[in-house]
Amino acid sequence: MTHIFSGASPAGTIDQVFVSAQSFLLSFLPQALVPWASILVRIGVIAALAPAIMMYLTWLERKIIARMQNRFGPDRVGIYGLMQPLSDGLKMLNKEDIVPNGADRLLHLLAPIMAVSPAILLFAVIPFGRNMAAVDLNVGLLYLLAVSSISSYAIFMGGWASRSKFSVLGAARTVAQIISYEVPGVLSVVTVIMITGTLSLVGIVEAQADRWFIATPWGFVGAVIFFLCGVAEVNRTPFDMPEAESELVGGFHTEYSGMKFALWYMAEFLETFAVCAFTTTLFLGGWQGPAVPFWTVTAVSAAMIVTALRLPIAAKAFGVAAMAALTLLFWKDPVPSWIWFLTKTYLLVFVMVWFRGTFPRLRVDQLMGFAWKFLLPLTLINIVAAGVWVWFAFPVGTLLSVTILIAGIWGLVRVNSPEPVSLRRFELAD
Amino acid sequence: MSAENSVAPAESISRERSASSSGNDARLGQRTTPLGLGVIQGMLITLRQFTGTYPVGRWLLRLLRLDKGDGLVTISYPEVKQQHDERFRYFPFLVYDGTKDNLRCVACRICEQECPPQCIHIVMQKDEKGSPVKAHGRTLPKTFDIDVSICMSCRICVDVCPFDAIEMDNTYEHANYARGREMVMDKDRLLKSNEYFQKIKPSESAVVDARMGAKKAKEDAAAAAAAAPKPAAPGAPEAKV
Repeated sequence: MTHIFSGASPAGTIDQVFVSAQSFLLSFLPQALVPWASILVRIGVIAALAPAIMMYLTWLERKIIARMQNRFGPDRVGIYGLMQPLSDGLKMLNKEDIVPNGADRLLHLLAPIMAVSPAILLFAVIPFGRNMAAVDLNVGLLYLLAVSSISSYAIFMGGWASRSKFSVLGAARTVAQIISYEVPGVLSVVTVIMITGTLSLVGIVEAQADRWFIATPWGFVGAVIFFLCGVAEVNRTPFDMPEAESELVGGFHTEYSGMKFALWYMAEFLETFAVCAFTTTLFLGGWQGPAVPFWTVTAVSAAMIVTALRLPIAAKAFGVAAMAALTLLFWKDPVPSWIWFLTKTYLLVFVMVWFRGTFPRLRVDQLMGFAWKFLLPLTLINIVAAGVWVWFAFPVGTLLSVTILIAGIWGLVRVNSPEPVSLRRFELAD
Repeated sequence: MSAENSVAPAESISRERSASSSGNDARLGQRTTPLGLGVIQGMLITLRQFTGTYPVGRWLLRLLRLDKGDGLVTISYPEVKQQHDERFRYFPFLVYDGTKDNLRCVACRICEQECPPQCIHIVMQKDEKGSPVKAHGRTLPKTFDIDVSICMSCRICVDVCPFDAIEMDNTYEHANYARGREMVMDKDRLLKSNEYFQKIKPSESAVVDARMGAKKAKEDAAAAAAAAPKPAAPGAPEAKV
C-alpha cells in the first residue's frame, strides 16, 4: 500500500506524468505533512474528476445516441455542444426543489447523497494507470462489490421517502433487479480470483501482463456476464426497469427535481463509468497494453483534429502543433498506461450507449429469468471451466473449458426454451 | 434464450397449424436466425447508422461495400433552411403593382367577412365628409391588419378576393416576444410587390397575371368603346367584374 506514487518506474515519462506531478507538488511540504497531503491530493483529484466524468458522459451519451438515430445531438452550446453539460448543470441548480406533501423530508434529501457517495467511493480503488490507483487495497475487489451494492439501499430509500406509488414501485423493482444481478456478477468475478489468487485490483491487472483474461474461454464468458450484470446494476437499457418511463413515469426518481435529481443522474453515470472501469480492470487487462509507440496516439489525434469540420482553423493549427510537439518530446515513449485504461473504459461506455441505442426494455419476468435461470448457472459452469483451464496444460485445458462452456450454454438454452405452445385450432367452415 | 435455432421449411398455408416441435412460438412467427444472432444484427444496424453520419465513416462503409445508412437527416434550422415547395403557404400578404400606393385592394371587406378565425381588420380610407377616397381609380384601405397569432393559413381570403389583391406568402418566421400589437401585421408590413409574388410562386402568379391581363384588356376595350360614342364620366362604376 505504501509504494504507490513512489519509486522509479520502468515506463516512460509521460506514463508517470501525474505521479511525478504529485511528488513534485508534495516535495515543497515538510516531511511530516507529506502522507496527509498525499491523501488529500488523491481525494481532491477524485472529487474533482468524478463530476467532470459524469458531465461529459452525459454529453457523450447524448452525442452517440443522437448519431445512432441520425441526429446531431447537442450542438448549440459551445462548439460540438461541449458546454451543454455546464448549461444543464446551471439549469439544474436554478430549478425549484420540490418535496412532495407527506414525504419523509430527511430521507428524501439523504437518498440521492447516499447514492452518489458510494459511486465516488468506487473511484478510490480503480487503477487508472501504472502506480495510479488512489489506494491499492489488498481486498480491493471485495471493497468494490461491497460498495457498489449500497446503491440499492439509496434507491429504495429515495423511492420510499417520496411517498409516491410510482417511486415505490420503481424502487421495489430496482431492489429486486440489483440483488438478482449481483449474484451472477459476483460469481463471474470468482474465476478471476481463482486464477490470480489475489483480491487486489492492482494485482489482478499485473497478472494480465501476458494475456488479458478476455482472451481465455472463461474470461470471455466471465467478462460478458460481468458487463451485463453491471449494465443491469446501474439500471441502464435494456435493464432499465426501475425507471421505465412508459410504465412508471420516472421510477424511483419521479418525485425528485433540481439538484437532487441531478445527483441521481450523477450516481447513475458514475456507476456506469465505474462498471466499465472494473470490467476493463478485471478482464480487459486494465492499464496494460501492447507496446505501441506514443507517436501513433498523437498522429491519430492530429488526424482527428484536422478532419473535425466545425473547428476553426486557428484551433486546428494549435491542436496539430501541440500534437507535433508532444510527438517530438515523447518520441521514444510507449503509449501511457492511463491512455490504455481510458481507451478501453470509454470503449465499454460506447458499448453501453450502443445497447441503449439498440435494444428495447426487457419485461420484468424476462429480466429475472435471464439472471436466475441463465446467467447464474452459467457463472457456476464458468467457474468449473476456469478450474479445468488452469488445471490442465495449454491445449487440453483450453479445449476442455471451451467444450464445457459451449455444452453449458447449449444445455441452458435447451432447458430454458419455452414449452411448445398448444395453439388454438382454426377449423375452416366447409 | 427463448428457443433454439430452427430454420423452418417454407411454411405453407395449412388448415391447422400444430405447435412447432422445436419450441418456437408459431404465433410470434418462425425464428429465422440462430440464437443470439438477432441481437448482434440489431446492434450492427445501429452501428452502421452511427458510422454513416461521419464523413470518414461513410468512406469506410463505401470501402466495405456496405449500405451507408441514412446519414444525418436533421436540418440545423437557423443556419440551414428547408427548401419549401412552391405551394407552401403560411400567411397572406397584399399585392401592389409598381409602387406601394398602387395596391390592388379596394377595402371591400369580403376577406374580413369570410375569414374563419376573424383575424383581418380593414378600415376604408375616407375623407372628412365620410366619402371614400380614391387613388388610381380605386378605393383603398386606411388600415389593413392581420393578426399572425390568429391566422390559420386557410387561404380562404385569397380565394374570395375578386381583385387578386391578397395572396399567400411563404415566410414563416413570425415568432415574437410580445403577444399584442407585435403579432398584428399592418398594411406597411403586408404590402409586397407583384414581382415578389412572381418570384415565390411562379405558376400561381402566372395564372393570376393572365387573369388580370385579360380583365385589363376587357376594361380597356370597354373604355375605348365607351369613349367612342360619348365622353364618359370618369369614376363611373364600370370596373365591376
